[in-house]
Amino acid sequence: MYTQALNVKDEPAAAGDPVLEARFQAHVDAELKIEPNDWMPEGYRKTLTRQISQHAHSEIVGMLPEGNWITRAPTLRRKAALLAKVQDEGGHGLYLYSAAETLGTSREQMFEQLLSGKAKYSSIFNYPTLTWADIGAIGWLVDGAAIMNQIPLCRCSYGPYARAMIRICKEESFHQRQGYEIMMTLARGTPEQKAMAQDALNRWWWPSVMMFGPSDSDSQHSDQTMRWKIKRFSNDDLRQKFIDATVPQGHFIGLEFPDKDLKFNEETKHWDFGEIDWTEFKRVIAGDGPCNKQRMKQRRAAHDNGRWVREAALAYAEKRRNREAAAKIAAE
Amino acid sequence: MHETPLFSYALRLADNALILGHRMSEWIGHSPVLEEDLALGNMGLDLIGQARAFYAYAGEIEGKGRDEDKLAYLRDAKDWRNVLLVEQPNGDFAATMIRQLLFAAYAHPLYAALTKSKDASLAAIAAKAEKEMAYHVRHSGEWVIRLGDGTEESHERAQAALDELYAYSTELFESDDVERALIDAGIAADPAALRPEWERTVNHIFSEATLKTPPQSFAQTGGRTGRHSEHLGYILADMQFLQRTYPGAAW
Ligand SMILES: [Fe+2]
Ligand SMILES: [Fe+2]
Ligand SMILES: [Fe+2]
Repeated sequence: MYTQALNVKDEPAAAGDPVLEARFQAHVDAELKIEPNDWMPEGYRKTLTRQISQHAHSEIVGMLPEGNWITRAPTLRRKAALLAKVQDEGGHGLYLYSAAETLGTSREQMFEQLLSGKAKYSSIFNYPTLTWADIGAIGWLVDGAAIMNQIPLCRCSYGPYARAMIRICKEESFHQRQGYEIMMTLARGTPEQKAMAQDALNRWWWPSVMMFGPSDSDSQHSDQTMRWKIKRFSNDDLRQKFIDATVPQGHFIGLEFPDKDLKFNEETKHWDFGEIDWTEFKRVIAGDGPCNKQRMKQRRAAHDNGRWVREAALAYAEKRRNREAAAKIAAE
Repeated sequence: MHETPLFSYALRLADNALILGHRMSEWIGHSPVLEEDLALGNMGLDLIGQARAFYAYAGEIEGKGRDEDKLAYLRDAKDWRNVLLVEQPNGDFAATMIRQLLFAAYAHPLYAALTKSKDASLAAIAAKAEKEMAYHVRHSGEWVIRLGDGTEESHERAQAALDELYAYSTELFESDDVERALIDAGIAADPAALRPEWERTVNHIFSEATLKTPPQSFAQTGGRTGRHSEHLGYILADMQFLQRTYPGAAW
């Protein structure tokens, strides 16, 4: 999903070739795409590699909290839909790793960075999925927030990333509708089901609002990434857009948002909202969210337990190559 | 409980597919390589889709208003008709792929035969399922070959998985009175007739994989009549928990 974790300083603009740089910027300014073999500033390459790989990591870590509920989904239709959704997220991870690989870093290297803790992923996935309603809330809110972030990325200056995003956004909006439909079913169900939906909204609302990252006044990277046309809107603009779109949806199904300051501002035509608890945000990013350790432990376990399988596949491929080569020699 | 042979038969097909699909779904997010998360997910989705079609049909035959969810979520273990093979735990990746191959190499010719069933509904479901199971044979077969003929470790793991799971394959080819009548009527496929093709398929793959086909040992059976291994109860505990905790709720 999500570009939220990109809250680190921009790469310093290395003293590059001014002629090439001017040509690059003119290309970007003209809304033309940069392709893998085009010249690009080192900082652009590094910023994109970091952003795309973090996005890819988020997709695959994000498979864990939802994957939790596949075996417990309450109907066969929901089970199939959730399995397909989690599988889609894996597919998103795959396209994004491929897009990042065009910038010169291998998937294996990116995996190592994730598992060593060097690379970040969206910290929304460090929250636990405690009830079935969390599956609705994640689709509705987390995929919903992801779409707000990602639609502008469909116009990102880097061609492979922009193209991956177009494909991904279609699926994310399907996930968002599916999640909302789960919430609606619960909100209109038994009193226990409605309470389950409300509890999920209470727990997921603020973390979802935080997915857009720090307020613009505290953000360290916006200017350069805007000039490079990687980013198009500020964190605060995207957050406001998300809140404006989501609040009426929640009210429509009779749910309350856990924010006593939330109210429609007739002048601005936007929803005003309360103070975001940035200490919690920083704490979760720093590693002390409820599930950071479990998520990384599971990712590492999958990687470690699968090593012998990957080794076997390589060994077999090599044996086969050797046999084919030997057969060819024998035939000559 | 009196039930018609056709209902029992549809339920057996559905239960096999759902339990194996459930097992496949347990891998998602934990598999050895991202491509396999997608492949195992695809196979799980195929199987769950097949199960839903067979349950819907079983419910129709029964005519008591039980839909796919009532059949899947509100039966206790003794009323489940799946073979024991499909409820065996995932184990390591080798065990999952061996189990998938043993089952798919049986299900593929089964569905091929059912496309000619005199029961048009079974034939229609089988036509789609046959194509899906052909892919499962191919995918699991390729992995069994890679693992068997890969490294020393992968070979050992694949052989150990095969030695453990092979005893569950005999059950696939058993039939009872429920099926006899349907076989004679041209509705069900005769499981015994599927065995030669199954043997050709798996033995060819095992030999490419440098794996030894285990000797035919004591056959573990009983699933079709509701005698299961200990594993099924845990699957149902997970799967049915919401339906059991909130009776009658719509989801
Ligand atoms: Fe995403
Ligand atoms: Fe995604
Ligand atoms: Fe999604």
